Amino acid sequence: MARITGNEFLVKALREEGVEKIFAYPGACVVDIFDELYKTGSPQIILPRHEQGLIHAAEGYARSTGKPGVCLVTSGPGATNLITGIADANLDSVPLVCLTGQVATGLIGNDTFQEVDIVGITRNICKYTTMVRSRDDLNRLIKEAFHIATTGRPGPVLLDLPKDIMAELGSDVYPDKVNIRGYKPQVKVHDGQIGRTISMMYKAAKPLFLLGGGVKIAGAQADMKALLEQTGIPAVTTIMGRGSIPTDHELYFGNVGMHGNFAANNAVNGCDLLISIGTRFNDRITGKLGTFAPDAKIIHIDIDTASISKNVTVDVPVVGDAKAAIRKLLKEAGERGAVKCENWVKALAGFRDEKPLKQDTKDKLLPKQIIDAINSEFKEPIVTTDVGQNQMWTTQFFEIKGRGQLITSGGLGTMGYGLPAAIGAAIGNPGREVIAVCGDGGFQMNSQELATAAINRLPVIICILNNGYLGMVRQWQELFYEGEYAGTCLKRNAQCDSRGAGCAGCKGRSAECPEYVPDFMKLAEAYGAQGIRVEKADQIIDAFARAKAKKDGPTIIEFIIEDEELVYPMIRPGGAITDMITGPEDEDKRGGGISEL
Amino acid sequence: MNCDKSFRRRWLSLFVENQTGVLARISGLLSGKAYNIHSLTVGETQDPTISRMTICLDADDKTYEQIKKQFNRSIEVIKVLDITDASIRSKEVMFIKIRDITDKDRAEIFQMATAFRFQIKDMDKSSVLIEAVRTEIKNDSILKVINERFKNIEVVRGGPVAIESISMQDR
Ligand SMILES: Cc1ncc(C[n+]2csc(CCOP(=O)(O)OP(=O)(O)O)c2C)c(N)n1
Ligand SMILES: [Mg+2]
Repeated sequence: MARITGNEFLVKALREEGVEKIFAYPGACVVDIFDELYKTGSPQIILPRHEQGLIHAAEGYARSTGKPGVCLVTSGPGATNLITGIADANLDSVPLVCLTGQVATGLIGNDTFQEVDIVGITRNICKYTTMVRSRDDLNRLIKEAFHIATTGRPGPVLLDLPKDIMAELGSDVYPDKVNIRGYKPQVKVHDGQIGRTISMMYKAAKPLFLLGGGVKIAGAQADMKALLEQTGIPAVTTIMGRGSIPTDHELYFGNVGMHGNFAANNAVNGCDLLISIGTRFNDRITGKLGTFAPDAKIIHIDIDTASISKNVTVDVPVVGDAKAAIRKLLKEAGERGAVKCENWVKALAGFRDEKPLKQDTKDKLLPKQIIDAINSEFKEPIVTTDVGQNQMWTTQFFEIKGRGQLITSGGLGTMGYGLPAAIGAAIGNPGREVIAVCGDGGFQMNSQELATAAINRLPVIICILNNGYLGMVRQWQELFYEGEYAGTCLKRNAQCDSRGAGCAGCKGRSAECPEYVPDFMKLAEAYGAQGIRVEKADQIIDAFARAKAKKDGPTIIEFIIEDEELVYPMIRPGGAITDMITGPEDEDKRGGGISEL
Repeated sequence: MNCDKSFRRRWLSLFVENQTGVLARISGLLSGKAYNIHSLTVGETQDPTISRMTICLDADDKTYEQIKKQFNRSIEVIKVLDITDASIRSKEVMFIKIRDITDKDRAEIFQMATAFRFQIKDMDKSSVLIEAVRTEIKNDSILKVINERFKNIEVVRGGPVAIESISMQDR
């Protein structure tokens, strides 16, 4: 056994873990680790332009490859810039190992330059966070960090690395086993609970699968499709679960929740048995709790015991890995054949035909046309989204087939996510088509990452749906606050105030409004990216063709969309499914503000 | 206000890693999720790598289930023992210093000590120091009586610790 420094060991351990790329931004407290990376040449350093971009890229990498995303940043501001991403990964169950530099142990507590208590700050937003307090603990803690991040319900783990400890000599042996007495995730599924599930499934007249992100994380898509076909039970998904079965499957009825479609939400409302797999029943899914799936018995399969009966009281809890559970159900169902629920499926198809997701095509450029073109022009793309209307339209209209994937910030709803997540996905999947759908607001929260995309020659296609508004909030204001657009117009400028009444004095868009803030075409040019502006529907296909032709760097396609288009349907926050606003015709359901109770 | 019928006092014994930050993790989890704890005590066990916490809180059934699951999920928590409905032994240490007393007061305090079963641990001309090792509820009433009777008092309480009684099977 050779004795090596903590810095040397860390890099060695990363290689043993099979880490090929490390999303890293340097600084005083990690410069020695960077030096080791320089000497060994692997993992390869991906240098973003901001640590928030760094961690979202690591998330995109992790979610698109199934491997953990590894982040390395310096102490103080480097570490605090990770926080939004850590919280995001925690809610969306993304495996990340975050390595933060820290000042030397002798200086901790002195308000030393770039010292922050990052372990304390992240304690409530991490799966696990700890400081390495002795060189003897380092080897074990790195091993445990990867183990904890990637097993059970995956999530972010943070290791804080004081500079002096990393300089110390110690063992070079990377442990091959972990034994954490407080952490034994339950993977195996209880047979008795599976038996109960099966017997309820075959007794139900109106059974329904509700599939969440957990199905995708477990890699259970193929088994799930088989289970659906074996039983004939229809399915709906959360937005995190979209893609857990092909979206064009005849037994798939779309997304549920606040912007879920009419058929999917009515399916939940009408079912007598809800078999939900890998979802936390977040409030954006359930709406008003007492009114969610009112007639149903609920079976909940989840790896995380704490997610079961947290928001919705469950009749049959099944703890364990989604794939293991689905396989067991499949085996049992194989012997019994289909569940008798044809009439129920027919009724759902009726709902789908009654109110399909649509947008009226006038001569305006509408979001649906853009997403439809993604569906027709790309075979199996990885699509990331930002947050807001752009996100909801993508989750509504994007068709997921084969290896196609949707990566969106579901739990935290982090604006600025789309571009860096796409960069991470492109880095992890060379040769795949990667598209980021962003709003004009959210894109600007991490637009500096255009440099990362350009420098790494990543052919990411960035679709900016430019409506000149923080559209989703404007939508709330239009629907529930009598159109009072406070702080949501991205064209609001000094002149607006000279009228005296602030936003209240606004008479709507006029020639006085600045045309482009910023001019995204010039921004593209500044980064050496291709820029294409699309103002009419008939330009969309050509724009995608040009974007696809560019193989050595990013393309921005700016779509000047109808600026006051809304996402329909919408269930008022805190409202019940029966309160659904299906379109402009539901005028009486507007107004009244929001009280989320 | 919680009007759920199941809302009542609960007792938890937590076996946790004896490391820096674990107490912060546990109390942070409780406050971060807006759970209200009544008391939390912690001390090392016979195994110096493990600490045992006694947590006393008020919650309805649903919240309480969630709290237990959250603890179980914490990497630093080795075992969660719900002793709410178990037969338990529980005690709390409470010290009360009473100042500005007369000789007559002192005599009365000694009488109280016999009646309420606490001990006088220290005294001088005008003050006494009381030590009460009783259940928390008993300590509440001792404190109430003394607080009503004397003006100048100083109190420190340790919070209750609890352990399960020896069960019938073990006997
Ligand atoms: C970091 C962050 N800040 C604020 C919000 C609240 N928010 C949700 S959607 C939205 C508007 C987004 O506007 P834009 O990016 O232009 O997308 P659009 O809705 O117009 O498609 C805002 C401000 C958020 N989700 N994330
Ligand atoms: Mg916008």
